[in-house]
Amino acid sequence: MTAADVAHGSALRSGSRLERALRSGRFAVTAEMEAPDSADPQVVYDHALPLATVCDAINCTDNAGANSHLSSTATGALLARAGYEPVLQMNCRDRNRIAIQGDLLGAAALGIKNVLCMSGDDVFAGDQPESKRVFDLGSVQLLQTARAMRDRGLFLSGRKITDRPRFFIGAVANPFAPPYDWRPLRLAKKVESGADFVQTQYCFDVPRLAQYMARVRDLGLHERAFILVGVGPLRSERIAEYMRTQVPGVWIPDQVVKRMADAPRAKKRAEGIRICVEIVQQLREIEGVHGVHIMAYRQEEAVPEIVERAGILTGPATGLLP
Amino acid sequence: MPDNTNVDLDESRRAPGSEWIKDHPKPLESLYQLTRGAVVRIYPYARRISPSLTDGLMRWGEKLLKGYLFNCFMCGQCILHSTGMTCPMNCPKKLRNGPCGGVRHNGHCEVIPEMTCVWVQAWERSRQMGAYGREMRLRQPPVDNRLKGCSSWANMMKGLDTRTPAGWPDSADQPKDDGHDSS
Repeated sequence: MTAADVAHGSALRSGSRLERALRSGRFAVTAEMEAPDSADPQVVYDHALPLATVCDAINCTDNAGANSHLSSTATGALLARAGYEPVLQMNCRDRNRIAIQGDLLGAAALGIKNVLCMSGDDVFAGDQPESKRVFDLGSVQLLQTARAMRDRGLFLSGRKITDRPRFFIGAVANPFAPPYDWRPLRLAKKVESGADFVQTQYCFDVPRLAQYMARVRDLGLHERAFILVGVGPLRSERIAEYMRTQVPGVWIPDQVVKRMADAPRAKKRAEGIRICVEIVQQLREIEGVHGVHIMAYRQEEAVPEIVERAGILTGPATGLLP
Repeated sequence: MPDNTNVDLDESRRAPGSEWIKDHPKPLESLYQLTRGAVVRIYPYARRISPSLTDGLMRWGEKLLKGYLFNCFMCGQCILHSTGMTCPMNCPKKLRNGPCGGVRHNGHCEVIPEMTCVWVQAWERSRQMGAYGREMRLRQPPVDNRLKGCSSWANMMKGLDTRTPAGWPDSADQPKDDGHDSS
Protein backbone atom coordinates (compact mmCIF):
# COMPACT_ATOMS: atom_id res chain seq x y z
CA MET A 1 0.00 0.00 0.00
CA THR A 2 1.44 3.35 -0.93
CA ALA A 3 1.44 6.36 1.31
CA ALA A 4 -1.17 7.87 -0.94
CA ASP A 5 -3.60 5.08 -0.16
CA VAL A 6 -3.09 5.52 3.53
CA ALA A 7 -3.40 9.27 3.48
CA HIS A 8 -6.93 10.40 4.10
CA GLY A 9 -8.47 7.07 3.16
CA SER A 10 -10.16 7.16 -0.18
CA ALA A 11 -12.89 9.75 0.13
CA LEU A 12 -12.15 12.97 -1.69
CA ARG A 13 -12.43 16.02 0.49
CA SER A 14 -12.79 18.42 -2.35
CA GLY A 15 -13.54 18.56 -6.04
CA SER A 16 -9.84 19.21 -6.62
CA ARG A 17 -8.06 17.54 -9.51
CA LEU A 18 -4.80 18.04 -7.64
CA GLU A 19 -6.22 15.98 -4.80
CA ARG A 20 -7.31 13.28 -7.22
CA ALA A 21 -3.85 13.21 -8.84
CA LEU A 22 -2.09 12.92 -5.48
CA ARG A 23 -4.46 10.26 -4.22
CA SER A 24 -3.86 8.18 -7.33
CA GLY A 25 -0.33 7.74 -5.97
CA ARG A 26 1.22 9.49 -8.96
CA PHE A 27 4.20 11.82 -8.50
CA ALA A 28 2.52 15.19 -8.85
CA VAL A 29 3.80 18.43 -10.29
CA THR A 30 2.62 21.89 -9.39
CA ALA A 31 4.11 25.11 -10.69
CA GLU A 32 4.09 28.70 -9.58
CA MET A 33 2.87 31.32 -12.00
CA GLU A 34 4.14 34.86 -12.01
CA ALA A 35 1.26 37.15 -11.03
CA PRO A 36 0.73 39.81 -13.69
CA ASP A 37 0.96 43.53 -13.04
CA SER A 38 -1.87 43.99 -15.45
CA ALA A 39 -5.62 44.40 -15.54
CA ASP A 40 -5.79 42.42 -18.76
CA PRO A 41 -6.93 38.84 -18.16
CA GLN A 42 -5.11 37.73 -21.30
CA VAL A 43 -1.80 38.19 -19.47
CA VAL A 44 -2.89 35.58 -16.91
CA TYR A 45 -3.51 33.10 -19.70
CA ASP A 46 -0.20 33.97 -21.38
CA HIS A 47 1.64 33.26 -18.14
CA ALA A 48 -0.25 30.04 -17.51
CA LEU A 49 0.21 28.60 -20.99
CA PRO A 50 3.76 27.19 -20.69
CA LEU A 51 2.79 25.47 -17.43
CA ALA A 52 -0.54 24.09 -18.51
CA THR A 53 0.44 20.87 -20.21
CA VAL A 54 3.03 19.75 -17.72
CA CYS A 55 1.58 20.23 -14.27
CA ASP A 56 -1.35 19.21 -12.13
CA ALA A 57 -2.03 22.63 -10.68
CA ILE A 58 -0.86 26.21 -10.95
CA ASN A 59 -0.09 28.30 -7.86
CA CYS A 60 -1.43 31.85 -7.89
CA THR A 61 0.77 33.92 -5.63
CA ASP A 62 -0.78 36.35 -3.19
CA ASN A 63 1.05 39.68 -3.50
CA ALA A 64 4.29 37.70 -3.45
CA GLY A 65 7.24 39.27 -1.71
CA ALA A 66 4.86 41.88 -0.30
CA ASN A 67 4.58 43.58 -3.70
CA SER A 68 1.14 44.35 -5.10
CA HIS A 69 0.14 42.28 -8.12
CA LEU A 70 -3.07 41.04 -9.66
CA SER A 71 -4.82 39.40 -6.71
CA SER A 72 -4.54 35.67 -6.22
CA THR A 73 -8.31 35.27 -6.08
CA ALA A 74 -8.75 37.05 -9.40
CA THR A 75 -5.92 35.08 -11.02
CA GLY A 76 -7.30 31.83 -9.66
CA ALA A 77 -10.83 32.64 -10.76
CA LEU A 78 -9.66 33.46 -14.29
CA LEU A 79 -7.74 30.18 -14.45
CA ALA A 80 -10.62 28.17 -13.02
CA ARG A 81 -13.03 29.74 -15.49
CA ALA A 82 -10.80 28.60 -18.34
CA GLY A 83 -10.64 25.08 -16.96
CA TYR A 84 -7.21 25.16 -15.35
CA GLU A 85 -6.57 23.93 -11.82
CA PRO A 86 -5.44 26.85 -9.63
CA VAL A 87 -3.95 26.74 -6.14
CA LEU A 88 -4.97 29.90 -4.33
CA GLN A 89 -2.26 31.26 -2.07
CA MET A 90 -3.70 33.07 0.94
CA ASN A 91 -1.46 35.03 3.27
CA CYS A 92 -2.12 36.51 6.71
CA ARG A 93 -0.18 39.70 6.08
CA ASP A 94 -2.76 41.60 4.06
CA ARG A 95 -6.13 40.79 5.65
CA ASN A 96 -7.72 40.31 9.01
CA ARG A 97 -9.80 37.26 9.88
CA ILE A 98 -13.03 38.82 8.65
CA ALA A 99 -11.63 39.45 5.16
CA ILE A 100 -9.90 36.07 5.05
CA GLN A 101 -13.11 34.13 5.66
CA GLY A 102 -15.00 36.22 3.16
CA ASP A 103 -12.26 35.75 0.56
CA LEU A 104 -12.12 32.00 1.15
CA LEU A 105 -15.84 31.70 0.57
CA GLY A 106 -15.58 33.93 -2.46
CA ALA A 107 -12.75 31.88 -3.92
CA ALA A 108 -14.78 28.70 -3.53
CA ALA A 109 -17.75 30.36 -5.23
CA LEU A 110 -15.49 31.29 -8.14
CA GLY A 111 -14.50 27.67 -8.65
CA ILE A 112 -11.17 27.54 -6.80
CA LYS A 113 -10.67 24.17 -5.12
CA ASN A 114 -7.17 24.39 -3.64
CA VAL A 115 -6.07 26.87 -1.04
CA LEU A 116 -2.54 27.26 0.31
CA CYS A 117 -2.42 28.87 3.76
CA MET A 118 0.67 30.84 4.71
CA SER A 119 1.80 33.62 7.03
CA GLY A 120 3.40 35.48 4.14
CA ASP A 121 6.55 37.54 3.65
CA ASP A 122 6.76 40.58 5.84
CA VAL A 123 5.90 44.00 4.42
CA PHE A 124 9.61 44.85 4.70
CA ALA A 125 10.33 42.39 1.89
CA GLY A 126 8.40 44.45 -0.63
CA ASP A 127 8.36 47.84 -2.25
CA GLN A 128 5.94 49.35 0.29
CA PRO A 129 7.65 48.71 3.63
CA GLU A 130 5.73 51.58 5.15
CA SER A 131 2.46 49.64 5.00
CA LYS A 132 0.73 48.15 8.02
CA ARG A 133 1.22 44.45 8.60
CA VAL A 134 -1.93 42.63 9.69
CA PHE A 135 -1.15 39.07 10.89
CA ASP A 136 -4.47 38.91 12.71
CA LEU A 137 -4.19 35.14 12.22
CA GLY A 138 -1.05 33.04 11.74
CA SER A 139 -0.71 30.23 9.23
CA VAL A 140 -1.71 27.52 11.73
CA GLN A 141 -4.79 29.48 12.72
CA LEU A 142 -5.61 30.13 9.06
CA LEU A 143 -5.46 26.39 8.39
CA GLN A 144 -7.82 25.73 11.26
CA THR A 145 -10.17 28.42 10.01
CA ALA A 146 -10.26 26.96 6.49
CA ARG A 147 -10.86 23.50 7.89
CA ALA A 148 -13.64 24.69 10.20
CA MET A 149 -15.33 26.33 7.22
CA ARG A 150 -15.07 23.15 5.15
CA ASP A 151 -15.70 20.41 7.71
CA ARG A 152 -17.97 22.08 10.22
CA GLY A 153 -19.61 24.60 7.91
CA LEU A 154 -18.95 27.43 10.33
CA PHE A 155 -17.34 30.84 10.36
CA LEU A 156 -15.03 31.42 13.32
CA SER A 157 -17.87 33.22 15.07
CA GLY A 158 -19.88 30.01 14.98
CA ARG A 159 -22.31 31.36 12.39
CA LYS A 160 -23.42 28.76 9.89
CA ILE A 161 -22.29 28.66 6.26
CA THR A 162 -25.17 27.46 4.10
CA ASP A 163 -23.00 25.93 1.37
CA ARG A 164 -19.59 24.84 2.57
CA PRO A 165 -16.43 25.53 0.57
CA ARG A 166 -14.97 22.17 -0.47
CA PHE A 167 -11.28 23.00 -0.30
CA PHE A 168 -8.20 20.87 -0.66
CA ILE A 169 -6.20 22.64 2.04
CA GLY A 170 -2.48 23.22 1.75
CA ALA A 171 0.26 24.44 4.07
CA VAL A 172 3.78 25.68 3.43
CA ALA A 173 6.94 24.44 5.11
CA ASN A 174 10.55 25.50 5.14
CA PRO A 175 12.88 22.66 6.12
CA PHE A 176 15.87 24.87 5.33
CA ALA A 177 15.52 27.56 8.00
CA PRO A 178 16.37 27.38 11.72
CA PRO A 179 15.37 26.01 14.18
CA TYR A 180 15.91 22.88 12.09
CA ASP A 181 14.95 20.29 14.66
CA TRP A 182 11.67 22.04 15.36
CA ARG A 183 10.63 22.31 11.72
CA PRO A 184 9.10 18.81 11.57
CA LEU A 185 7.09 19.56 14.72
CA ARG A 186 5.93 22.80 13.16
CA LEU A 187 4.73 20.76 10.19
CA ALA A 188 2.96 18.43 12.61
CA LYS A 189 1.02 21.40 13.97
CA LYS A 190 -0.02 22.30 10.44
CA VAL A 191 -1.08 18.77 9.58
CA GLU A 192 -3.08 18.58 12.81
CA SER A 193 -4.63 21.91 11.90
CA GLY A 194 -5.97 20.56 8.64
CA ALA A 195 -3.25 20.57 5.99
CA ASP A 196 -4.04 18.01 3.28
CA PHE A 197 -0.99 18.90 1.25
CA VAL A 198 2.26 20.74 1.81
CA GLN A 199 4.43 22.78 -0.53
CA THR A 200 7.94 23.58 0.66
CA GLN A 201 10.41 26.38 0.10
CA TYR A 202 13.08 25.92 -2.63
CA CYS A 203 15.18 22.80 -2.09
CA PHE A 204 18.81 23.13 -3.17
CA ASP A 205 20.14 20.98 -0.34
CA VAL A 206 18.85 17.41 -0.74
CA PRO A 207 20.74 15.93 2.26
CA ARG A 208 19.11 18.46 4.57
CA LEU A 209 15.69 17.64 3.13
CA ALA A 210 16.38 13.93 3.57
CA GLN A 211 17.12 14.54 7.26
CA TYR A 212 13.91 16.51 7.60
CA MET A 213 11.89 13.85 5.83
CA ALA A 214 13.28 11.15 8.11
CA ARG A 215 11.85 13.00 11.09
CA VAL A 216 8.61 13.69 9.18
CA ARG A 217 8.27 9.95 8.57
CA ASP A 218 8.94 9.22 12.26
CA LEU A 219 6.01 11.48 13.06
CA GLY A 220 3.91 9.77 10.39
CA LEU A 221 3.13 13.08 8.72
CA HIS A 222 3.83 11.80 5.20
CA GLU A 223 0.86 9.49 5.62
CA ARG A 224 -1.48 12.26 6.66
CA ALA A 225 -0.53 14.91 4.13
CA PHE A 226 0.93 14.95 0.63
CA ILE A 227 4.31 16.64 0.52
CA LEU A 228 5.45 18.52 -2.57
CA VAL A 229 9.00 19.81 -2.42
CA GLY A 230 9.80 23.17 -3.94
CA VAL A 231 12.39 23.32 -6.71
CA GLY A 232 13.45 25.84 -9.31
CA PRO A 233 16.15 26.60 -11.88
CA LEU A 234 18.79 29.21 -11.15
CA ARG A 235 19.75 31.57 -13.94
CA SER A 236 23.20 32.58 -12.76
CA GLU A 237 25.42 32.66 -9.68
CA ARG A 238 24.46 36.31 -9.32
CA ILE A 239 20.78 35.39 -9.00
CA ALA A 240 21.71 32.57 -6.62
CA GLU A 241 23.65 34.99 -4.45
CA TYR A 242 20.74 37.42 -4.53
CA MET A 243 18.23 34.74 -3.60
CA ARG A 244 20.17 33.38 -0.68
CA THR A 245 20.97 36.77 0.80
CA GLN A 246 17.88 38.81 -0.07
CA VAL A 247 14.95 36.39 -0.35
CA PRO A 248 13.78 35.41 3.14
CA GLY A 249 14.09 31.71 3.91
CA VAL A 250 15.98 30.57 0.80
CA TRP A 251 19.05 28.42 1.45
CA ILE A 252 21.48 27.66 -1.38
CA PRO A 253 24.67 25.73 -0.48
CA ASP A 254 28.03 27.06 -1.68
CA GLN A 255 28.66 24.14 -4.02
CA VAL A 256 25.49 24.93 -5.98
CA VAL A 257 26.50 28.57 -6.35
CA LYS A 258 29.97 27.40 -7.40
CA ARG A 259 28.56 25.11 -10.07
CA MET A 260 26.67 28.07 -11.50
CA ALA A 261 29.78 30.26 -11.35
CA ASP A 262 31.93 27.62 -13.07
CA ALA A 263 29.55 27.21 -15.99
CA PRO A 264 30.50 29.24 -19.08
CA ARG A 265 28.41 32.35 -19.58
CA ALA A 266 26.36 30.95 -22.46
CA LYS A 267 25.58 27.74 -20.58
CA LYS A 268 24.54 29.11 -17.21
CA ARG A 269 20.83 28.76 -17.90
CA ALA A 270 21.33 25.15 -19.02
CA GLU A 271 23.38 24.43 -15.90
CA GLY A 272 20.60 25.85 -13.73
CA ILE A 273 18.09 23.56 -15.38
CA ARG A 274 20.47 20.58 -15.07
CA ILE A 275 20.88 21.18 -11.32
CA CYS A 276 17.11 21.44 -10.96
CA VAL A 277 16.53 18.19 -12.89
CA GLU A 278 19.12 16.37 -10.75
CA ILE A 279 17.45 17.60 -7.58
CA VAL A 280 14.01 16.45 -8.79
CA GLN A 281 15.41 13.02 -9.58
CA GLN A 282 16.98 12.75 -6.12
CA LEU A 283 13.77 13.89 -4.47
CA ARG A 284 11.82 11.12 -6.18
CA GLU A 285 13.88 8.60 -4.28
CA ILE A 286 12.97 10.01 -0.88
CA GLU A 287 10.11 8.22 0.82
CA GLY A 288 7.25 10.53 1.67
CA VAL A 289 7.87 13.03 -1.14
CA HIS A 290 4.71 12.96 -3.23
CA GLY A 291 5.62 15.52 -5.84
CA VAL A 292 7.44 18.70 -6.68
CA HIS A 293 6.43 22.31 -6.76
CA ILE A 294 8.34 24.17 -9.47
CA MET A 295 8.98 27.84 -8.89
CA ALA A 296 10.70 29.10 -12.03
CA TYR A 297 10.43 32.80 -11.42
CA ARG A 298 10.54 34.59 -14.79
CA GLN A 299 11.67 31.34 -16.42
CA GLU A 300 8.27 29.71 -16.78
CA GLU A 301 9.25 28.51 -20.24
CA ALA A 302 11.85 26.25 -18.59
CA VAL A 303 9.23 24.28 -16.66
CA PRO A 304 8.23 21.89 -19.47
CA GLU A 305 11.89 21.07 -20.09
CA ILE A 306 12.51 20.36 -16.40
CA VAL A 307 9.45 18.13 -16.14
CA GLU A 308 10.33 16.24 -19.29
CA ARG A 309 14.01 15.72 -18.51
CA ALA A 310 13.31 14.71 -14.92
CA GLY A 311 11.02 12.01 -16.28
CA ILE A 312 8.03 13.04 -14.23
CA LEU A 313 5.71 13.79 -17.11
CA THR A 314 3.13 11.11 -16.58
CA GLY A 315 0.83 11.42 -19.50
CA PRO A 316 -0.60 13.73 -22.05
CA ALA A 317 -1.78 16.88 -20.28
CA THR A 318 -2.61 15.61 -16.85
CA GLY A 319 -6.14 16.85 -17.12
CA LEU A 320 -5.21 20.45 -16.59
CA LEU A 321 -5.81 21.87 -20.03
CA PRO A 322 -9.34 22.99 -20.77
CA MET B 1 1.75 50.63 26.36
CA PRO B 2 4.09 49.80 23.47
CA ASP B 3 2.80 50.61 20.04
CA ASN B 4 1.67 47.30 18.72
CA THR B 5 0.98 48.36 15.19
CA ASN B 6 4.53 48.55 13.95
CA VAL B 7 7.87 47.24 14.99
CA ASP B 8 10.40 49.25 16.85
CA LEU B 9 13.55 48.38 15.00
CA ASP B 10 15.78 48.52 18.01
CA GLU B 11 16.83 45.44 19.87
CA SER B 12 17.78 47.51 22.88
CA ARG B 13 14.13 47.34 23.90
CA ARG B 14 15.19 44.04 25.42
CA ALA B 15 16.22 45.08 28.88
CA PRO B 16 19.78 44.44 30.08
CA GLY B 17 20.18 41.10 31.81
CA SER B 18 16.77 39.84 30.77
CA GLU B 19 18.15 37.62 28.02
CA TRP B 20 20.43 35.85 30.48
CA ILE B 21 17.53 35.21 32.84
CA LYS B 22 15.38 33.77 30.04
CA ASP B 23 18.24 31.59 28.84
CA HIS B 24 17.97 29.84 32.22
CA PRO B 25 14.21 29.30 32.20
CA LYS B 26 13.86 26.73 34.99
CA PRO B 27 13.58 29.30 37.83
CA LEU B 28 11.09 31.18 35.69
CA GLU B 29 8.99 28.04 35.49
CA SER B 30 8.95 27.84 39.29
CA LEU B 31 8.19 31.53 39.51
CA TYR B 32 5.26 31.03 37.15
CA GLN B 33 3.89 28.17 39.23
CA LEU B 34 4.29 30.16 42.45
CA THR B 35 2.65 33.25 41.01
CA ARG B 36 -0.16 31.23 39.56
CA GLY B 37 -0.82 29.57 42.90
CA ALA B 38 -0.77 32.90 44.71
CA VAL B 39 -3.06 34.62 42.21
CA VAL B 40 -5.57 31.79 42.34
CA ARG B 41 -5.68 31.99 46.12
CA ILE B 42 -5.54 35.74 46.69
CA TYR B 43 -7.38 37.19 43.69
CA PRO B 44 -10.97 36.39 44.79
CA TYR B 45 -10.41 38.03 48.18
CA ALA B 46 -8.64 41.05 46.73
CA ARG B 47 -11.49 41.52 44.28
CA ARG B 48 -13.90 41.68 47.20
CA ILE B 49 -12.02 44.65 48.63
CA SER B 50 -11.72 46.54 45.37
CA PRO B 51 -12.06 45.01 41.89
CA SER B 52 -10.68 48.02 40.05
CA LEU B 53 -7.73 48.45 42.40
CA THR B 54 -6.89 44.72 42.20
CA ASP B 55 -6.97 44.60 38.41
CA GLY B 56 -5.15 47.92 38.21
CA LEU B 57 -2.38 46.76 40.54
CA MET B 58 -2.00 43.50 38.64
CA ARG B 59 -1.83 45.29 35.34
CA TRP B 60 0.79 47.65 36.72
CA GLY B 61 2.82 44.78 38.18
CA GLU B 62 2.70 42.80 34.97
CA LYS B 63 3.65 45.77 32.88
CA LEU B 64 6.64 46.43 35.09
CA LEU B 65 7.95 42.92 35.67
CA LYS B 66 7.00 41.27 32.39
CA GLY B 67 7.92 44.45 30.59
CA TYR B 68 11.44 44.21 31.95
CA LEU B 69 11.85 40.46 31.58
CA PHE B 70 9.99 39.67 28.38
CA ASN B 71 9.43 43.00 26.64
CA CYS B 72 5.76 42.27 27.26
CA PHE B 73 3.26 43.70 24.78
CA MET B 74 0.33 43.34 27.24
CA CYS B 75 -1.71 41.17 24.91
CA GLY B 76 -3.74 40.17 27.97
CA GLN B 77 -3.63 36.44 27.17
CA CYS B 78 -0.18 35.38 28.25
CA ILE B 79 1.17 32.06 26.97
CA LEU B 80 4.81 32.60 28.01
CA HIS B 81 5.10 29.29 29.83
CA SER B 82 3.93 27.50 26.67
CA THR B 83 6.41 29.33 24.44
CA GLY B 84 9.72 28.72 26.15
CA MET B 85 9.43 31.81 28.36
CA THR B 86 9.86 33.93 25.24
CA CYS B 87 7.11 36.37 24.37
CA PRO B 88 5.72 35.53 20.91
CA MET B 89 4.29 39.02 20.55
CA ASN B 90 7.90 40.17 20.06
CA CYS B 91 7.76 38.39 16.69
CA PRO B 92 7.05 41.14 14.13
CA LYS B 93 4.41 38.86 12.61
CA LYS B 94 2.90 38.15 16.05
CA LEU B 95 3.02 34.43 15.31
CA ARG B 96 1.95 32.35 18.29
CA ASN B 97 2.42 28.90 16.80
CA GLY B 98 6.04 28.84 15.72
CA PRO B 99 8.53 30.44 13.36
CA CYS B 100 7.74 31.68 9.88
CA GLY B 101 9.73 30.42 6.93
CA GLY B 102 11.85 33.54 6.72
CA VAL B 103 14.25 32.87 9.61
CA ARG B 104 17.77 33.73 8.48
CA HIS B 105 20.53 31.19 8.33
CA ASN B 106 22.14 32.64 11.46
CA GLY B 107 18.85 32.21 13.33
CA HIS B 108 17.98 35.88 13.15
CA CYS B 109 14.67 37.51 12.27
CA GLU B 110 13.71 38.16 8.65
CA VAL B 111 12.29 41.56 9.55
CA ILE B 112 14.75 42.75 12.21
CA PRO B 113 18.13 41.37 11.12
CA GLU B 114 19.86 42.26 14.42
CA MET B 115 17.34 40.30 16.49
CA THR B 116 17.51 36.56 17.11
CA CYS B 117 14.25 34.96 15.98
CA VAL B 118 11.87 34.78 18.91
CA TRP B 119 11.07 31.18 18.02
CA VAL B 120 14.70 30.08 17.77
CA GLN B 121 15.10 31.28 21.36
CA ALA B 122 11.77 29.82 22.42
CA TRP B 123 12.73 26.41 21.06
CA GLU B 124 16.12 26.37 22.78
CA ARG B 125 14.64 27.49 26.09
CA SER B 126 11.67 25.15 25.96
CA ARG B 127 14.05 22.22 25.77
CA GLN B 128 15.44 23.16 29.17
CA MET B 129 11.99 23.41 30.69
CA GLY B 130 10.76 20.33 32.52
CA ALA B 131 7.22 21.33 33.39
CA TYR B 132 5.99 23.26 30.37
CA GLY B 133 8.52 22.58 27.60
CA ARG B 134 6.16 20.25 25.81
CA GLU B 135 3.49 22.90 25.57
CA MET B 136 5.37 24.28 22.57
CA ARG B 137 3.32 21.74 20.64
CA LEU B 138 -0.03 23.18 21.59
CA ARG B 139 -1.92 24.93 18.86
CA GLN B 140 -2.65 28.42 20.08
CA PRO B 141 -5.95 30.04 19.06
CA PRO B 142 -6.05 33.50 17.49
CA VAL B 143 -5.46 36.50 19.73
CA ASP B 144 -8.51 38.19 21.24
CA ASN B 145 -7.66 41.79 20.43
CA ARG B 146 -10.14 43.09 22.98
CA LEU B 147 -7.90 41.94 25.81
CA LYS B 148 -4.92 44.07 24.81
CA GLY B 149 -3.69 46.24 27.66
CA CYS B 150 -5.35 44.19 30.42
CA SER B 151 -3.72 42.05 33.07
CA SER B 152 -3.51 38.51 31.77
CA TRP B 153 -3.58 37.13 35.32
CA ALA B 154 -6.91 38.86 35.86
CA ASN B 155 -8.10 37.55 32.51
CA MET B 156 -7.04 34.07 33.54
CA MET B 157 -9.10 34.31 36.72
CA LYS B 158 -12.09 35.51 34.70
CA GLY B 159 -11.56 32.76 32.12
CA LEU B 160 -11.14 35.32 29.35
CA ASP B 161 -7.63 34.37 28.27
CA THR B 162 -8.59 30.90 27.07
CA ARG B 163 -11.94 31.89 25.59
CA THR B 164 -12.05 31.00 21.88
CA PRO B 165 -14.51 31.94 19.14
CA ALA B 166 -17.58 29.69 18.91
CA GLY B 167 -16.48 28.26 15.57
CA TRP B 168 -13.04 27.34 16.87
CA PRO B 169 -12.32 23.60 17.21
CA ASP B 170 -12.22 22.69 20.90
CA SER B 171 -9.11 21.79 22.77
CA ALA B 172 -10.03 18.12 22.54
CA ASP B 173 -8.20 17.79 19.27
CA GLN B 174 -4.87 19.01 20.61
CA PRO B 175 -1.98 16.66 19.86
CA LYS B 176 -1.29 13.92 22.30
CA ASP B 177 2.12 13.66 23.83
CA ASP B 178 4.38 11.42 21.80
CA GLY B 179 7.74 11.87 23.40
CA HIS B 180 9.02 15.34 22.61
CA ASP B 181 12.64 15.24 23.68
CA SER B 182 12.95 18.01 26.19
CA SER B 183 16.27 16.88 27.61
